[in-house]
Amino acid sequence: MFSYTIKRLLIAIPTIFIIIAAAFFLMRAAPGSPFDSERAMSPEIRAMIMAHYGFDKPLSVQFLEYLKGLFTLDLGPSLIYKDQSVTKIIASGFPKSIVLGLSSLSLALFIGVPLGLVAALNQNKAQDYSIMAIAMAGICIPTFVTGPILSLVFGVYLGWFPTAGLDLGRMTIETMTLPVITLALPQIAIISRLVRASAIEVLGSNFVRTARAKGLPEIWVLSRHAMRAALLPLVSYLGPACASLITGSVVIETVFQLPGIGRNFVTSALQRDYPVVMAVVILYAALIIILNLIADILYGVLDPKVTYE
Amino acid sequence: MSLISTPNENAKLMEKSAIAGRSLWDDALVRLLRNKAAVVSMYVLGFLVLLAIFGPLVWPHKYDTVDYDLVMAPPTFKNWHIFGGDQQGRDLFVRLLYGLRISLAVGIVATMVSLTIGVAWGSIAGFIGGKVDAIMMRIVDILYALPFIFFVIILMVVFGRNIILIFVAIGAVEWLTMARIVRGQTLSLRKKEYIEAAHAAGLGTLDIIKRHIIPNLLGPVIVYVTLTIPAVILAESFLSFLGLGVNEPMTSLGNLISIGAKEMEIAPWLLIFPAVTMMITLFCLNFIGDGLRDAIDPKDR
Repeated sequence: MFSYTIKRLLIAIPTIFIIIAAAFFLMRAAPGSPFDSERAMSPEIRAMIMAHYGFDKPLSVQFLEYLKGLFTLDLGPSLIYKDQSVTKIIASGFPKSIVLGLSSLSLALFIGVPLGLVAALNQNKAQDYSIMAIAMAGICIPTFVTGPILSLVFGVYLGWFPTAGLDLGRMTIETMTLPVITLALPQIAIISRLVRASAIEVLGSNFVRTARAKGLPEIWVLSRHAMRAALLPLVSYLGPACASLITGSVVIETVFQLPGIGRNFVTSALQRDYPVVMAVVILYAALIIILNLIADILYGVLDPKVTYE
Repeated sequence: MSLISTPNENAKLMEKSAIAGRSLWDDALVRLLRNKAAVVSMYVLGFLVLLAIFGPLVWPHKYDTVDYDLVMAPPTFKNWHIFGGDQQGRDLFVRLLYGLRISLAVGIVATMVSLTIGVAWGSIAGFIGGKVDAIMMRIVDILYALPFIFFVIILMVVFGRNIILIFVAIGAVEWLTMARIVRGQTLSLRKKEYIEAAHAAGLGTLDIIKRHIIPNLLGPVIVYVTLTIPAVILAESFLSFLGLGVNEPMTSLGNLISIGAKEMEIAPWLLIFPAVTMMITLFCLNFIGDGLRDAIDPKDR
């Protein structure tokens, strides 16, 4: 177990390094630069600006300096917002994205798990079919459709929630409800399908039959024996779930104009604000790697059948 | 439906028997045709595909003709503007057909890209095994951890919006799972007697992969392909929604949805028609994929 963790961590380091390198060189390969503006710039001034940001040095030197900066959490200045450092931009957006992601994940688990269990216990009955139909809808309807429709219905027509205006950075229950629900919907669908499939398998397995045969009340069979085994596959889904929540948050933050880093990423990418884009990609990649690692280790701890060599 | 097939069906199956065991495919077909959701989905999807291919040819309006009287006009039967006009005064119905065309094309081409890479990678890794397998699958593991959609976004920003790039980039993102499935399947196939027989007969590794491994992989691969197409369509719409998809005046479903989302308070039909079209398409593809999975690999039922 311990050596497995170490091994995984050792793989994570080159992975993150590859991500940093890929992001860095891709962005530098871009034709056009953030300083392309409407006004023509004299070559001298352009050279001075390039020198100011260190763009005149050889690429390898720039890369090494960037790595050095990363270790000290100095991610350089933003090229578009002159008074902001990248670290500052990330520090202001990241907590909001985290709150959005964690609330959506909790909501998805809170609703998705019971739905899946109910469907499995009523396999091939009306409840099962209706839950699976809803789940299919949740998978098929992308968040950038549900987001606008929810805000049209509940925000514009019914006026229950503000539709936008989170730019001030205030996060209240009213402003966060719709984004959290929208982001959680596809995850609710996936989680309920996952739980249903694994619960059906577990309910048909020998140890559940044994538990029933020895006369345990059904509720005990379910809570003591079936539940634990049925929810195991969910643990290994948590890593990918977080990854898709992160991707989803990019859309959600754009639709609802939340000032998180997902939206920062899109606007910066469109403006070629390289340092911000790279920082967000690196942060997300590191996050996904770490979460996957945690999910895998957790899985090993919970499932006695799994041994890591 | 009876399990005994007619002579006519038998003849068709005989043709297929060169690819895989006859009775398995026979059973799978029967199971698939018994799945109502999948059958209905196939009809609906077929209709949508025909509409996307031939609709624009016969429709009286062009996708890029601007008519100022039509700016955000509500749907009307007058003059065949049945879905109304968009924000620039173009007929929404024909734009929707073009959008569907692009989305389906992206779905199919990008899936083919991922299929080719994934099957080649997975079957080689699984068949050769040992060190090669370990290294190849470690690479897949590493790539798995990358937030690929962000790299696609960077690619679109760096190299400009380009439909070929969308195809390749999304395809290159989606091949990893395919490679894993194929490799797992290959590992178990490798031990089979007929592979041993082929070895004994002196067939080379590449020939064995081509003749024996890949045909036997078809089942799980077909299932995964049908489930990849909707995922790819979603990925493309995601890019289009962020403003990184195909170029104007061309359009895709995601692009139409993103415009619709901006105008929904004044002209909700601009959002509703593309969104519903996309949902129907994705529903059908997912139902067919699920149906195929249950038909080919019925152990979960």
